[in-house]
Amino acid sequence: MSDTSHHIVPYSTYGLILLLLLVLTGTSVAVTQIELTKWSTAVALLLAGTKSAFVLAIFMHLKFDQKIFRIMAVLIILLLASVIIITFLDYAFR
Amino acid sequence: MTSNDSENKGYKSYLEEDGGRKGIFKWILSTDHKRIALLYLYSMMVWFTVGVVLGLLMKLELIAPGQTIMGPQSYNATFTVHGVIMIFLIVIPGLPAVFGNFMLPIQIGAKDVAFPRLNLLSWYIYVLGSILVILSLFGNGPPDTGWTFYAPYSFKTGTNMLPAALGAFVLGFSSILTGLNFIVTIHRMRAPGMTWFKMPLFTWTLYGTGWIQLLATPIIGITLLMVAGDRILGIGFFDPAKGGDPLLYQHLFWIYSHPAVYIMILPAMGVISEIIPTFSKKTIFGYKAIVLSTLAIAFVGYFVWGHHMFTSGMSGTALYTFSILTFLVAIPSAIKVFNWISTMHQGSISTDIPFLWAASFIFVFLIGGLTGLVVGALATDVHLHDTAFVVAHFHFIVFGGVGFAFFGAIHYWFPKIFGRMYDKSWAKTGWIIFFVGFVTLYGPMFYLGMIGMPRRYFDYLDEFHGPNIVSTLGALVMIAGLLIILTNLIKAARHGEKTTEMNPWGGTNLEWQIPTPPPLENFDEIPVIEKATYKYD
Repeated sequence: MSDTSHHIVPYSTYGLILLLLLVLTGTSVAVTQIELTKWSTAVALLLAGTKSAFVLAIFMHLKFDQKIFRIMAVLIILLLASVIIITFLDYAFR
Repeated sequence: MTSNDSENKGYKSYLEEDGGRKGIFKWILSTDHKRIALLYLYSMMVWFTVGVVLGLLMKLELIAPGQTIMGPQSYNATFTVHGVIMIFLIVIPGLPAVFGNFMLPIQIGAKDVAFPRLNLLSWYIYVLGSILVILSLFGNGPPDTGWTFYAPYSFKTGTNMLPAALGAFVLGFSSILTGLNFIVTIHRMRAPGMTWFKMPLFTWTLYGTGWIQLLATPIIGITLLMVAGDRILGIGFFDPAKGGDPLLYQHLFWIYSHPAVYIMILPAMGVISEIIPTFSKKTIFGYKAIVLSTLAIAFVGYFVWGHHMFTSGMSGTALYTFSILTFLVAIPSAIKVFNWISTMHQGSISTDIPFLWAASFIFVFLIGGLTGLVVGALATDVHLHDTAFVVAHFHFIVFGGVGFAFFGAIHYWFPKIFGRMYDKSWAKTGWIIFFVGFVTLYGPMFYLGMIGMPRRYFDYLDEFHGPNIVSTLGALVMIAGLLIILTNLIKAARHGEKTTEMNPWGGTNLEWQIPTPPPLENFDEIPVIEKATYKYD
């Protein structure tokens, strides 16, 4: 069954995203030097989440895929975010 | 011969199609979803026997105070290996791997699952994980952590904890791949006209289960790797001496392991939703409510893991959040029970053996579910946590729920799967003995827990003696029933009366509209679905 057209992503875009991922990785390491106390996990997750979003959207072609798959991906991310938030109902109030 | 008979229709059943292979190779190299289902069934029967024997040994130890047949270390190892085998090798994969594999493609009008080779690979991974679990029995002694592998003890014990944890890690991949296969199959391979709300309810529960398998299982994998990191490399994720947090382990473990309870119970609910309308000869009551409650259980089930940790020292905010969420998840479960009972109401009920298993499922599931609310409430849980009450609740849900549904399913689909029929009177005898034994085994444990008997101890005070004798006698009665059931089924699979009747129970799903046993690719032509299932005239 072939009901999706294949989108060709230029190599330059891949290169750009790779560069961005490396910069974000560097940022993740750099922010550990700053004392963010209870926000350190949130910042680390935000940076990791941003990197994942680029990988999903460009490398895994989610940006060019059917809407239903984009909705599914967003719902799953919301689910995992909820799990993390609920876990922090323990850590933040202990 | 009636039109309900598939004999002499000039086809070869999947059991006769060997793909040009001989002996065991026609099984272990076959990518046919039906043969793979039977591979799982036979593998699980072996592990189930081991698990039952270990369970019996524990009950024999507890028949009297003091050391009876084993010491404390052996007892710790016995309940750990019993738990690991029963949870990771039987009840988590059980219904999806056996009956899901066999029935899902047929129920949606497909010739196989979306990825047949991946399906076979899942079974090989399952076998590899099983071997690792069994290897943990040798060498330094079996693991003694309990099936939960709680830190910090799990990275400090000198026993064979790593092979067992690695086995659970590997088994997770089998579970993920099966879930992925089912989700893709349901999305992409439904027959024309098989819209979402025409799908059989067993398939719906496999869909909900598939998502849990896919999304929750990686978390246990990562968690067990972290334990291995603590144990081998001394990293200290969960080691308070190094700034780690043992409670983080409990969070991560239960983020997977509570949804895993729904991996176990959702397909069981699907089986019951198939059996009850068939034997009540009545359209299922509230089809959409059952579908939505399935999805609701799968979704809300992600957020209730903390109720396993009420006495662990979590924050007050987390405690009452998890307690409220736990009470919420009871609502969709209750909807299902209401709908099953309403389906039976004014139905033309025939008390064949699959129906008896389904009806007794509702009985034990209700007890298991309602006692779940007792331990889901903060105040009562403080009293009952880590007592025999929890063991009773857990077994009423997991063994009562999954076990009864499994036996219901095997008796329901047996003629379709094997093309033979079992002895119905022996099946009923086995069921009643098993049922009486089950309630006698686990019932007293509720009382024992309430009067304060802790779980996971090889010894106890004299005041707990009486109910423990009753419980052990119950175990012996239950095993007698189990032997009758298994002997009857094994004998029937080999020498039972042959049947080619397509629809022996008068079911309405697609599996009852194809020959018995099914041909290799299920359908000569993919069917076009015109009317909803569960319609009885």
